[in-house]
Amino acid sequence: MKPRASYQVFRVVALTVVVLVLLAPLVWMVAASFKTNVDIYDPSKALSFSPTLDNYAKVLKQANYVEFIVNSLWVAFAATVASLVLGLPAAYSMSRFNMKKSALVVLMARVIPGVSLLVPWYYVFSNLRMVGGFGVLIISHMFVALPLVVYIMMGYFDSLPTELEEAALVDGLTHVGAFRRITLPLSLPGVATAGILSFIFSWNNFMFALVLSDADTKTLPVAIFDFVGYASIDWGGLMAAATVVTLPIMVIALFVQKYVVSGLTAGATKG
Amino acid sequence: MADAPETPGWLRWVDDHRKWLFAAPAMIFVAALLVFPLAWTLYLSLTDAEGSVRAESDFVGLQNYLDVLTDTARFWPAVGRTAAFTVVALLFEVGLGMAIALLLWRPFKGQRWVRVAILLPLVATPVAVGMMWRLIFDPNIGMANRVLGWFGIGPQPWLAGQHSALPTTIFIDVWQWTPMVVLILLAGLTSLSDEPQEAARIDGATTWQRFRHVTLPLLMPTLTVAILLRGIDALKTFDILYATKGRGGGSFHEVETLNVYAYGLSFDYNDYGVSSTVLILFFLIIIGAMWALTARRKEAQR
Repeated sequence: MKPRASYQVFRVVALTVVVLVLLAPLVWMVAASFKTNVDIYDPSKALSFSPTLDNYAKVLKQANYVEFIVNSLWVAFAATVASLVLGLPAAYSMSRFNMKKSALVVLMARVIPGVSLLVPWYYVFSNLRMVGGFGVLIISHMFVALPLVVYIMMGYFDSLPTELEEAALVDGLTHVGAFRRITLPLSLPGVATAGILSFIFSWNNFMFALVLSDADTKTLPVAIFDFVGYASIDWGGLMAAATVVTLPIMVIALFVQKYVVSGLTAGATKG
Repeated sequence: MADAPETPGWLRWVDDHRKWLFAAPAMIFVAALLVFPLAWTLYLSLTDAEGSVRAESDFVGLQNYLDVLTDTARFWPAVGRTAAFTVVALLFEVGLGMAIALLLWRPFKGQRWVRVAILLPLVATPVAVGMMWRLIFDPNIGMANRVLGWFGIGPQPWLAGQHSALPTTIFIDVWQWTPMVVLILLAGLTSLSDEPQEAARIDGATTWQRFRHVTLPLLMPTLTVAILLRGIDALKTFDILYATKGRGGGSFHEVETLNVYAYGLSFDYNDYGVSSTVLILFFLIIIGAMWALTARRKEAQR
């Protein structure tokens, strides 16, 4: 099957446009983060400007971003680990015992708008004096990450042949032992996929932290708003803050591209 | 091998009950965070709760529902914006996503780069993406108007315009999430076998006919999954709207969707009774939309 030459030309042109439209804005954001506010306002300095680190100094020192980076890392890491601990056995059971309705309960969390849960959560957690603490942030982010883990891992366990588990049972292992020593080690690529996606979604989450965090536990997506004043916007600082939030996650995603793609497309081809 | 005698009794019990011991913690966690809040939201929607979450409130029956459903100032415009945002964004994302997936289907040189470009917007933090487009769409200093200038088109107000704000946020959503549709459809396309394509080609079908009558029907289940996943998230869009227009969806509520409206009622005005009513109605809309889509899917499979 050799496509015609005219199609090849069209394909190259069209895909070049796609790549430009997708990447140019990101390049623009990163470039602006290295410009002074004067240069951002000057069209002639669009691409030829003398880079400055002032914006980053402002973001990291004055605006306390180091603290928010640590907050974001901690919340995303804890929510991911906790979701794996709860989600892996659940997904295994739901896959092996074909518990479709139980799975639906967990997956409902993906469908419900977060706002509808926030008022009751706020009420309960403020009575428990937890609002503003890391505990409630981690719990709320688990609410995003756990359904992802269950969804991805159910598909993964479904695709895993059961012969090895059965052989392990014959050899005297318990069911739980077979899960722990045979199935889990075989599922590491799936676990990596689920873990990476949980981390990304937790890192990017905005609404829960907007309501449930306080000045000390703020995560990066909430902290960005510090650069949007009522009168004017510090564009250089804002773009540096946006780059600090999003560049790490994009770099990580590039290194583990295969896992991210298989996680995002999980369940898409089963029909 | 003989049954291992060292297996203690409690482990045996655990093993026999593993089905629910494994599944229950996750289910209890989700149900605790889900069922009680939903029940409470339903209860609040029948009261006049406002001010503080601890304040006394009176039962008002269906009064909130009457008020909200006859509210043509905020509620119905928000429903309209939510529907417009979701439908238009979905149309573009599925249309463009399908086109790009088809372009990427057969391997070619430089494929890696295109895949990188597709992945980056997808994992970028939505709030940061909103801020980034705020700069690009700034009417005075933004790149968008300069690019239009190259083609001799005058400057546009973009996010700052009362009528252009919603289309601009739709554009941002399309920019960020079309890649998601591309990835899902590409996974679907790669899993298709070549044989039906070949058979159609031998029968003399044109490229369009092969797409329309062979590829598209085979891809339908994957396409439905893509529409379902993206549709749910588009209905619930919050981050980029809040990042670009702030509270209330801007001074004229120009991008105020149901989600933004309910958020504002809850956390800017503390009008919990009304906001719960809006949320229950919003929830019913989401369930209805999902039901309609899955019903279509089952019909398509028959």
